[in-house]
Amino acid sequence: MLILTCPYCGVKADETELSAGGEAHLKRFGPGSSEDEFEGYLFVRENPKGVHFERWRHSYGCGKWFHAARCTMTLEVFGTYPAQTFEPPQDIKDAISAKRPNWRWRDFS
Amino acid sequence: MSELAKVTRLALRGMITFRGDVSSARVKKAIKAATGAAVPKVRSISGNRDGGVAWMSPDELLLMVPYGDVQNIIADLSKALVNDHVLIADVSDARAVFRVEGVEAAQVLARVCPVDLHKDSFDIGEIRRTRMAQVAAAFWRDETGFEVICFRSVADYVEALLQRAAQATPVGALGGR
Ligand SMILES: [Zn+2]
Repeated sequence: MLILTCPYCGVKADETELSAGGEAHLKRFGPGSSEDEFEGYLFVRENPKGVHFERWRHSYGCGKWFHAARCTMTLEVFGTYPAQTFEPPQDIKDAISAKRPNWRWRDFS
Repeated sequence: MSELAKVTRLALRGMITFRGDVSSARVKKAIKAATGAAVPKVRSISGNRDGGVAWMSPDELLLMVPYGDVQNIIADLSKALVNDHVLIADVSDARAVFRVEGVEAAQVLARVCPVDLHKDSFDIGEIRRTRMAQVAAAFWRDETGFEVICFRSVADYVEALLQRAAQATPVGALGGR
């Protein structure tokens, strides 16, 4: 069972109290973008075995969207952080580096 | 089979959803004047049945007041906050309220919610919004039990669910209280 702490209300929420929102930190490409950019926005995902960044919503609780950094292989959670950001905060990156020294995910490391 | 707790459906209660900047001094003052209760801290509930305020999310409160006072309170609040970006909605008829009473009341909720209900983790004065079996609900604890609120559209389901969960014997970590 996956347990994520909601960064807004501090509740240690069981997976069944949350809704999964897919991969995090996508940049939206809309009208005016190239076909490659739009395809990437719609379909191209990291889907890694290991360190991953996801969006979750505390849907049965406070209703807010947040981010989670976790390992898809071990289910270990490195941390959660609010949605109002384009990249993971430094303390989350540090928490990952402590456990997975050479991690890379898209442009983050 | 014994009864762990007594489950009762209560009468409709006056409930007002408030959304806005709940950290603003003007909002805090208006809420206090309207309900008699202060804006609570994160995950907390303040006041009592005749005037209570529950923290619902970083920008949402649930005001609980006598059913008959709702329209007057909404009018007062709207007037006090006419220049603020807020939402004030009467949701009294959209909610159902239950009481789960008895020393084993936490057992009943623990069966249907993914929540640590041990006193050290969830004490009097806290409110928890969560999943209750298949629907959304919220509850808080008092000296003799819990009050549970849910959408009125699923009230019959929640009533049956709680009644069924109350018919059992204590088990697990909460067994010894
Ligand atoms: Zn939350």
